[in-house]
Amino acid sequence: MTIALTPQTSSPPPGLQPEGWLRYLSFSLDHKVIGLQYMVAGFFFYLVGGALAGMIRAELVSPISDFISRETYNEVLTLHGTVMIFLWIVPVVNGAFGNYLIPFYVGARDMAFPRLNAVAFWLIPPAGFLLIASYFIAGAAQSGWTAYPPLSLTTPAAGQVVWILSVLLLGGSSIFGGINFIATILKMRRPGLKMMQLPMYCWAMLGTSILVVLSTPVLAGTLVLLSFDIIAHTGFFNPSLGGNAVVYQHLFWFYSHPAVYIMVLPAFGLVSEILPVHARKPLFGYTTMVYSILGIVFLGLIVWAHHMFTSATPPWMRLFFTIATAFIAVPTGIKFFNWLATLWGGKIALNSAMLFSCAFIVHFVFGGITGVALAQVPFDIHVHDTYFVVGHFHYVVYGGTVFVIFGSIYHWFPKFTGRMLNEDLGRFHFLITFIGFNLCFAPQHWLGLNGMPRRVAEYDPQFTLVNQISSVGALLMALSTLPFLINVLWSAFSGRVAGDNPWKALTPEWLTSSPPPVENWKGEAPLVQHPYGYGIPPGQIDLGAATGRELWSSGQ
Amino acid sequence: MALVLSGLWIGQNVNVLPAAASLNAPIYDQLFKVLFSIGTILFIGIFGLLLFSLIRFRRRDGETGDGVAVEGNLQLEIFWTAIPAVVVLFVGIYSYDIYDRMGGMVPLSDPHAMHGGMVASSDSGTAEGDSAVIQASVLGTPSPTSERIWGGIGSPMAGGATALPVEVTALQFAFLFHYPQGDITSGELHVQKGQPVELRMEARDVIHAFWVPEFRLKQDVIPGQPTVLTFTPIKAGSYPIICAELCGPYHGGMRSTVVVHEPDEFSAWFEKNTTTTVASALSSSSTG
Repeated sequence: MTIALTPQTSSPPPGLQPEGWLRYLSFSLDHKVIGLQYMVAGFFFYLVGGALAGMIRAELVSPISDFISRETYNEVLTLHGTVMIFLWIVPVVNGAFGNYLIPFYVGARDMAFPRLNAVAFWLIPPAGFLLIASYFIAGAAQSGWTAYPPLSLTTPAAGQVVWILSVLLLGGSSIFGGINFIATILKMRRPGLKMMQLPMYCWAMLGTSILVVLSTPVLAGTLVLLSFDIIAHTGFFNPSLGGNAVVYQHLFWFYSHPAVYIMVLPAFGLVSEILPVHARKPLFGYTTMVYSILGIVFLGLIVWAHHMFTSATPPWMRLFFTIATAFIAVPTGIKFFNWLATLWGGKIALNSAMLFSCAFIVHFVFGGITGVALAQVPFDIHVHDTYFVVGHFHYVVYGGTVFVIFGSIYHWFPKFTGRMLNEDLGRFHFLITFIGFNLCFAPQHWLGLNGMPRRVAEYDPQFTLVNQISSVGALLMALSTLPFLINVLWSAFSGRVAGDNPWKALTPEWLTSSPPPVENWKGEAPLVQHPYGYGIPPGQIDLGAATGRELWSSGQ
Repeated sequence: MALVLSGLWIGQNVNVLPAAASLNAPIYDQLFKVLFSIGTILFIGIFGLLLFSLIRFRRRDGETGDGVAVEGNLQLEIFWTAIPAVVVLFVGIYSYDIYDRMGGMVPLSDPHAMHGGMVASSDSGTAEGDSAVIQASVLGTPSPTSERIWGGIGSPMAGGATALPVEVTALQFAFLFHYPQGDITSGELHVQKGQPVELRMEARDVIHAFWVPEFRLKQDVIPGQPTVLTFTPIKAGSYPIICAELCGPYHGGMRSTVVVHEPDEFSAWFEKNTTTTVASALSSSSTG
């Protein structure tokens, strides 16, 4: 009798899924396993993409093309862009953290479609290895990650076709993930949990997934047409066969500008989770944060042509896209001021997670300011396709998103493994990443303004010194992964035991054991209606200790 | 206030751009200074606020308490929605003005708006024939009249001066310049200080981009889309012409020079090259 009444959770049934470390190499359906699979695979590709970046910076130490051949250089820069975007940033901020955290945040035991989820992950390793193998077998694509025709039609076809195939697989993985996130957030919420009570990362992932589902199919269709142009000699984008090369640019950027938001919106969400915990304060302005995410999603879809201001676009189009682009600064600005207000008056722990998040704020504000400048047609005409743009977007996607990825790993590592990362090593990692990054990319703005175009293997000798400074920064960034790797490997086995909730956080993933069990909670999922309920209510402030500013800002 | 003033001061004194050698370069530099000032103010302000918060509100040893439970403040949030909105509006209107002064709002599909200076040229004997030749060679298709000429940005014709037409062919990996008025072909662009230049650009193979940093001008040259770009050089000297769109392995080496001559110097160059035979003109292009 008692056996029949025993809840399932007390003795986990012998599952069909492998146990132990082997499950990380299996077709596991557990969202946490899939999340970590995404993360480790993504980090592997980060190292590959970083090595490629190292080759680029090594070539640019001297103004002549001497380190690798010109063809190889173009293959390397194409692979660097593709690997970093499609195999590192998109899979990690969406796939890794999304899969790990979203089911916790909505109070579910897994994603809406676990099998689709596993399929989405297992598309990534073959696509990645296909892409990298193309370099060794037939020579990789040489036309940049943008693959503009007619250049992409005239460079060696095999590499370009493999590139298309690989990006199509990765795009498919991204769409599967997006559908899964939308379904999970909208339909798998625990009864009683309202949309406006969800942690901010859910809203960020909802916005991101809408962008993925709306725009990725456009890229897929475009690349299929491009492959027809290459294989079957159709003329969709080939001017000599009556096609139009600019149409490709419109279709490509219709995906690839939203792709920037696919890379940064989840990072915005992750920062919104990290800051309140380590500042011991509620997230400031929850409602405006939600609306600004939706505003970014809407505006993000209608700004693509700002990548084409020099491509003979008509004047009205240039004006429209200038205005739309510049207006993204408004919802983005709201988010940044809200984060600053979240920190204001807090009890801020200056640990690695917080430092990486704050560096993200600094870098993204800088990238945002250069972004608003780039949105202005007359400004863009001069610096388009130069190192100014290279500096700008690395500030956004590396200084922004990659810093958040590192911050998030420091924040959630105790949950993943049950052990803490070493804080001293972490802060050391932060310091050299921060210095290396700024040394590498800040001087590139000057290079672009003064006449160095992007994607060149050789350049005017007057730029040698600044390029060498930039390369030293890149070397520092490469070295900075060492303390991180040592820290992660050492701490995973012999770090300090974390306990269930080392940060005393309130969001649901911390209200279970570390690492969490299969199906997330023993017993019923907790109902968290105030994910940011930190802080002393304003009435209980010791008036003697409080400053006037604190009273003023909390008096509302 | 001190922040605003110091930002303005830095913006006015910043000197990170190359020489300004065309009519729209000083206009561009004005915009750059305004953007740089605003950017500096915002960046230093936000960076300062963040740094102050991190230091002032850091958790001291032994502290375990929480911060104040402030969930939001609508007035404050409206205020900082307004800041970027106002800044963006101001920058947008200002850059529209700059763009208009650079000649960016000239309609594309009306070639006569772009050719105004040349059609009005006084030596009517050759003008008509020239322009017919140019039309045909620029458009290069069986039905030139229906073809659309894609305009780039460019300074409007100053003071009704006659524009110097130059046909530019971009190919892997060089720019070729052809002067229809003197039947000169050159690997370098020679222009005269103060005289507007009208580049009629065409790409042979893949997309290239014509960029002269000192002119603050860039225009993609796309196969199948003849493009017109006008500018007026105002400072004598030699400046690099750079291809700014990835066009193949030797993209980084696809460079040339634009030489801005004083007026008499230019006529001398023009005369010298016009009188030569076609064969030597070709040889001069291959050495240049």
